[in-house]
Amino acid sequence: MEKILLIDFGSTYTKLTAVSLKNEEIIGTAASFTTVSSDIKEGYHNALAKLFAKTGELKFDKIIACSSAAGGLKMAAIGLVEELTVEAAKIVCLGAGAKVDIILSHHITNEDVENIIKKKIDIILLAGGTDGGNSECVLYNLRKLGEAHIKIPIIYAGNRSCRDEVLKIMKEYDLNGFICDNIMAKLNLLNIEDAKNVIKQIFLSNIIVGKGIKKIEEEIDGVILPTPQALLQGVDLLSKGYLDEEGLGELLVFDIGGATTDVYSLCPGEPKRGDTILKGIQEPYAKRTVEGDLGMRYSALGVLASLNEEKLDMYKLQGIDMEKECNLRHQFVEMIPQSKHEEVVDELMAKICVDTALSRHVGKIESYYTPMGIMYLQSGKDLSDIKYIIGTGGVIINSPQPKKILEAGLYNKNKMMELRPKEVKYLLDSNYILSAMGLLSTISPLCALRIMKKYLVEV
Amino acid sequence: MNTIVIGVIGADVHAVGNKIIEYTLTSQGYNVVNVGVLATQEDFINAAIESDAKMILVSSLYGHGEIDCRGLREKCIEAGLDKIILYVGGNIVVGKQDFKEVEQRFLAMGFNRVFPPMTKIESVLDIIKKDLEEYGKNTFD
Ligand code: B12
Repeated sequence: MEKILLIDFGSTYTKLTAVSLKNEEIIGTAASFTTVSSDIKEGYHNALAKLFAKTGELKFDKIIACSSAAGGLKMAAIGLVEELTVEAAKIVCLGAGAKVDIILSHHITNEDVENIIKKKIDIILLAGGTDGGNSECVLYNLRKLGEAHIKIPIIYAGNRSCRDEVLKIMKEYDLNGFICDNIMAKLNLLNIEDAKNVIKQIFLSNIIVGKGIKKIEEEIDGVILPTPQALLQGVDLLSKGYLDEEGLGELLVFDIGGATTDVYSLCPGEPKRGDTILKGIQEPYAKRTVEGDLGMRYSALGVLASLNEEKLDMYKLQGIDMEKECNLRHQFVEMIPQSKHEEVVDELMAKICVDTALSRHVGKIESYYTPMGIMYLQSGKDLSDIKYIIGTGGVIINSPQPKKILEAGLYNKNKMMELRPKEVKYLLDSNYILSAMGLLSTISPLCALRIMKKYLVEV
Repeated sequence: MNTIVIGVIGADVHAVGNKIIEYTLTSQGYNVVNVGVLATQEDFINAAIESDAKMILVSSLYGHGEIDCRGLREKCIEAGLDKIILYVGGNIVVGKQDFKEVEQRFLAMGFNRVFPPMTKIESVLDIIKKDLEEYGKNTFD
């Protein structure tokens, strides 16, 4: 095998990355509009023509793709207690590359079920109860879904001890049911791999068919991952390394789009000092969060909403009317900055996205004064030893000052309780290769790793 | 198997007794869910809900148990744990106070059993067993 083509069917663009395994280099990249609503092949052919215009006709030994087209993967995460199995369910969905459009705790209601149908959820993840723990609630919820004759795939990832009843209910209501390991078999301990795999399987066997993505498999070897999961696998590899080829160590990645801001942290995140105790769920090495209210265009109003009066006044003094600017961008989602002023505003919005999204992603520390000194309680991941911050997504990549945007993720005196990175280097995914390299890592991890190290540019 | 949630409540870091209690109850065949030191009331309650616990065994060693434990029963009822058995022990108040009075105050807060300082966990195993056998006969709301 020598030449590989990697495709990302995005919500807007179909992006191609052609790679030579032998030379460990990128032969060329190209993009064209995604055309999943008519025929996904069109956009692919257009992009391919653009690619060949640059590189000349190529023959590929393998062609694989990831996809977030047609709304990506929309999930509902259901659990029992908010801080425990609900949080765990959320972490699993996000780690599998999904968007979590609905989050429910305790007993669900008819209205909740209607919402699941109305929002066109692709997969339901149903958790609740540690092994041997509560089964009443999760069985109630499953029955509730059954009574509504929901045809959406339901993954049961709750208390293992009541699986027999779960199977019975699934059969009784003829549900499209799947069973996997309890995501929280023991309190506060996450067990996410099995659930993630089942989500991936359902995505590949059901979801992409329904969305008209599967058709492309007449021409390529396969769609193998949701895009965010491909990206997560790519940066996970970049962090950990492969065999003798060293990785970059602890990483933090920001991906700012028009509608969402995604944050990926790759590090153990455990307490670093003897006087610090971890509370709550131990979060995974590769953690992803998605902020659906923080984005440059569709979610510009969310950026505005995150600002208080004081901040708004401060920006006004700098000559920026954020209320006007955010509304403008929300209204004209296709807007591309033309003037210096528009550029500055985009940069400011991007900084706010980075700062606010990280505040939600990063672990926090609280201090307790005891007569023998201060003790600390940590919840979430400690990111203070992060070595690199990586930026991807249009606004960061096209910014003349990407570093300035990413710096908004650093330690900050006004947010002292947040365990943010302190001293980092900045890398830019200027060729949009991260998700492609996640795909490539399923064929040759070594090559994917080396290409990432070669093509991410320090800024 | 019966599940018991244990932990040390409040800003209390005394960890040794907590480990001994975990070890002792586990070896007695209980499913022990330990929320550890510096545990909030919510930590106990959340753990009890997910694990379907029948008993919460609260330790307080540093003397501020009375403030830390206040409202726990009410929150349990609010969370649907209306049958849960509540124990408290350790050094639950400051200094040497008349234990009878201390006990009364904690009983009034909704604890089912209150233990004086120096009570070894081994010495209460029979009571735990008996109370668990009678679990559900009382609700506390
Ligand atoms: C070691 C120790 C510390 C260490 C703890 C280290 C650690 N991380 O574990 C350090 C130095 C940090 C410490 C700090 C403090 N400590 Co200190 N500490 C002790 C000491 C000497 C031993 C505790 C211990 O480990 N005992 C061994 C274990 C096995 O016993 P146990 O904890 O009592 O638990 C058993 C029983 O109590 C029982 N039990 C416990 N919970 C429950 C619950 C139920 C339901 C039941 C049935 C039984 C039960 O079963 C357990 C197992 O057998 C005690 C004195 C003593 N001899 O008890 C003081 C003591 C507990 N500390 C005390 C105090 C005041 C403090 C400080 C406030 C200030 C200080 N003097 O330094 C701080 C508080 C810090 C904080 N925020 O929590 C006082 C508490 C006084 C009170 N309640 O009126 C004590 C009693 C000393 C004293 N006589 O003044 N302490």
